[in-house]
Amino acid sequence: MNLKLIVIFLLMLCLGSFALAETNTVNKDSTAVDSIAPPAPVTMFKAFDTPNDHGHSITLNWQLSADDGAGQNSVLQYQIYRWVPYLMDSLTTLRKAMTTVKEEEIKRGHEKVLKKEMRSLKKEYNAVLKELPSAHKAYPNNGYWKEVGKVPAGTKSYKNTGSKEKESQDYLPDLTDFYYRVDAVTKDSTVRASSKVFGPVQCSGQWFNTGRIPVLVAVILFTFLTIYFVEKAKNGAKLYVRPLSGIEAVDDAIGRATEMGRPILYILGLGSVADIATIASFTILSRVAKQVAEYQTELLVPTYDPLVMAVAQEVVKSAYLDAGRPDDYKEDTVHFVTQSQFAYVAAVNGIMLRELPATNIYMGVFFAESLILAETGALAGSIQIAGTDQIAQIPFFIVACDYTLIGEELYAASAYLGREPLLLGSLKAQDYAKALVIILAIIGLIMSNFGWTQFTDLFKVAN
Amino acid sequence: MNIFDKMMRLDRRWIFLFLIIVCVVTYIIPFKVPIHVVPEVRSIYDFIDTLEPGKIVLIAIDYDPNNLAELQPMTFAIVEHCWRRKIKIIFTALSQNGPGMAEQAIRDISDSMKVDKTYNGKFYKGREIKNGIDYTFLGYKPYYGLVILGMGQDFRLPFPTDYYGTPLDSIPMMKGVLNYDQTAGVIDISGGSITDAWINYGQGRFNFPLALGLTGVMTAQYYPYLGSGQIFGIMGGLLGAAEYEKLADNPGRAMGGMRIQLYAHMVIILFIVMGNVGFFMNKRKKKLREKGI
Amino acid sequence: MKRQIPFALVFIFGFFTIFQYFVPHESSEWVYEFLLDWILIIGIFALALGIWSLWRVSIDKINNRRPNWGYSYVTLAGLFLMIIFGFTAKNGDSWGYYFPFVIAVLLVIIMLIQTIKAKGQSKILYIGLALLFLIISILIGYFDKSWSIHFSTSEGLKNTMFQDFFDYILIPILSTMFSLLAFFIASAAYRAFRARNVLATILLVAALIVMLRFNFYLPGAEYFARTSTWLMNVPNLAANRAIVIGIGLGVVATALKVILGIERGYMGKG
Repeated sequence: MNLKLIVIFLLMLCLGSFALAETNTVNKDSTAVDSIAPPAPVTMFKAFDTPNDHGHSITLNWQLSADDGAGQNSVLQYQIYRWVPYLMDSLTTLRKAMTTVKEEEIKRGHEKVLKKEMRSLKKEYNAVLKELPSAHKAYPNNGYWKEVGKVPAGTKSYKNTGSKEKESQDYLPDLTDFYYRVDAVTKDSTVRASSKVFGPVQCSGQWFNTGRIPVLVAVILFTFLTIYFVEKAKNGAKLYVRPLSGIEAVDDAIGRATEMGRPILYILGLGSVADIATIASFTILSRVAKQVAEYQTELLVPTYDPLVMAVAQEVVKSAYLDAGRPDDYKEDTVHFVTQSQFAYVAAVNGIMLRELPATNIYMGVFFAESLILAETGALAGSIQIAGTDQIAQIPFFIVACDYTLIGEELYAASAYLGREPLLLGSLKAQDYAKALVIILAIIGLIMSNFGWTQFTDLFKVAN
Repeated sequence: MNIFDKMMRLDRRWIFLFLIIVCVVTYIIPFKVPIHVVPEVRSIYDFIDTLEPGKIVLIAIDYDPNNLAELQPMTFAIVEHCWRRKIKIIFTALSQNGPGMAEQAIRDISDSMKVDKTYNGKFYKGREIKNGIDYTFLGYKPYYGLVILGMGQDFRLPFPTDYYGTPLDSIPMMKGVLNYDQTAGVIDISGGSITDAWINYGQGRFNFPLALGLTGVMTAQYYPYLGSGQIFGIMGGLLGAAEYEKLADNPGRAMGGMRIQLYAHMVIILFIVMGNVGFFMNKRKKKLREKGI
Repeated sequence: MKRQIPFALVFIFGFFTIFQYFVPHESSEWVYEFLLDWILIIGIFALALGIWSLWRVSIDKINNRRPNWGYSYVTLAGLFLMIIFGFTAKNGDSWGYYFPFVIAVLLVIIMLIQTIKAKGQSKILYIGLALLFLIISILIGYFDKSWSIHFSTSEGLKNTMFQDFFDYILIPILSTMFSLLAFFIASAAYRAFRARNVLATILLVAALIVMLRFNFYLPGAEYFARTSTWLMNVPNLAANRAIVIGIGLGVVATALKVILGIERGYMGKG
């Protein structure tokens, strides 16, 4: 049986490596034309507000010129023009003046004269900005065509995205009438063909990103599942969860430290407070700290991030309070070391070898330091429990630690520790969501193999 | 304790000693090691090699000195390739000690650019690399996720000035360069979680071509993104850097380091095999003993 | 009440972040950016707290003569030296009295540390000495024109001392720490890769193939390279994706629990 498995695996290896065929990309060379006749202009030219964005952007679509890739094959690129009123130039002048003042400020320091000058320039700038919509309405008077971008031949669309910052040189105002045209340009840039002018077109921001509907559906579904199972658990339904040895080991490890009279070292990893792994780690720390307070063992929590330190201090303090021993809490239990990865490792390793903690607990986000920490801990003879969602570091922890929580098990740890129905309920919801993902993935796999992409398209999310 | 027991339970210090001897010896004796280039490195090379001169690439130097050995050779190979082809570079450094790494790289590569050189049979004349024309170094800002999001709107939001205090509007190569849309792509060279931010907040939101240079340990973790098309290339560790150096015909520290890595790997394999031989022989002995009784 | 307010804040801002993901409009973006700015501000204040914590732990170590207390002096000296270097730059070619200034500032700090530890008469002596060195450093700072202090510009980053400390002290130290990893990986691999059962054997074979992928001394080297690429792109990818999906759902579930106030561990309520 075992031999069979190995043979199958080796066969897969052989097949797999031969299945890797290299594909060659073919470069398309556009042929040069000696005597250039004007090309045909682009057709079906359209401009519209870019959908699902914050505004300040216009999307242009067109059909290729008849001489692009066919006909005379003379089109080299398309140049996109927008009509701008002369007022835009005065904005540029004002902006330049503002930049000069800024540069002067850097050189001379913040002088009063410069500040005053800046203020008056800004005032003038804003006054001109207000005139912009009406100046655009005056098309085609008092303005000129300005190139806003170019794309190589064969391209059928262009997004004219501007900045939303009023003082930026690329500011593109919302709710203003714009006029566009596209030129098909040949090798000789004077030989070109302009499209019909399209306009007026306005850009504006949208209130709902329709490209993200699949995410919305998933969020609603998942929230519903969570609330449903939490309610079910509240009403006394018995929910089975698989035991996790890593979590059960935490209690024993604290007991061991108490017996040996040595401290417990708790490492929150390199994550920030916004990392879910760190948030999950806080829950475990809270539990550990409470037990440590009860047993009157020493706890050491060196941290990497100052915000994490502040939160961890609060967590440990509350845990001591809950355990009824607020006086035993020491402010330096949780302390900051450094925000340099390996300097932090050096400090923690130093603590390990000096204090010889009975137990090391690593929960959170870890990178290259994981193995250095865990091997040093093993050298110091500590019992080690680890948990991380960093896939690359999981193998290192498995090798060097006694117990390891893999990926999501870390998030689930709080539910295991508390055994509260509320938290167990959310764990069940997660399981059902996973089952749903598996079913959908299998359906998607089958559909894709038959070439029916409509199903997988349902899950596409816009940026 | 018999010999097989010893083979199984070797003190780790013996491994350390053996490894360091092999590393030092292979470091001292120079010889060449052939290198096989994988497609995910070639795609990064091809991307740079087919860009038109004058285009802009954003290179994010997101590593600290601790990753220097693995990642600095990548930076050297890519930046030199870009500059030889007259491609402009925007540098950012979003890890705390990144600016120092970026400055060191810029300084050293600028020096090597002054010399005439021939790569892959093509002659490149040496030239002076100028700040503001060939490159802009934006510098460091904390909270990389926010900075990456900010740069998607406008480089000037997180970085009103470059690292040396010059306003971006007065830098020649930044004229008309608003956000990622005006760059050909981003190459993130990183040894930590900043890579995730580039994928999720950067590529995920602004959809630019993204390639990664990673430490060897991290590499396997990022292959799913290659499969899903979110990134177009991966350079993994020193080997990745050596492959790029080979493609660019610019042998440097990575190709030199390969011979050390090759022999270090052989030492590790040797120890693994030794451990397994010990393990099996012990198991066999135990079985025989049980049968005997 | 004290705990209700934070939960309410978590709910409001957590919910807003979800809302903001679906609303691209400029006004929602404006609020989002405003909140992001706040994270920066809070982070910087927290950094001050962090440095304060580091200072206290180091002082405590020195005062109580904990094991290896001498290194705490090195930590504090490093902290203040880099701050001084980062905010100063020389104006001409000569450094003038810059180094006496740096030493005087460091002496002020050492005297302050001694003051905390000392009792009675010697306390006054140390305060006096700290004041003396402070006056010396202010005087040098005021009269020496060969260098100057830059708070609001990045002039200090051009300080060669800053760069030299970085290049010749920090880089070698951190690189050394990282290279320890090579040794630990070797010993960990030796202990972990044992063909105990079928699965472990498969893992061992896969690991050997990946490690041998660029060993061109072996016959069939090309085969190893291609096989390792396949191993990375297919089985590794599949396993990684499975874990990523699990982690993804876990992240959403935990985030939801935090927003809905089901999980309160981060507030010390396990």
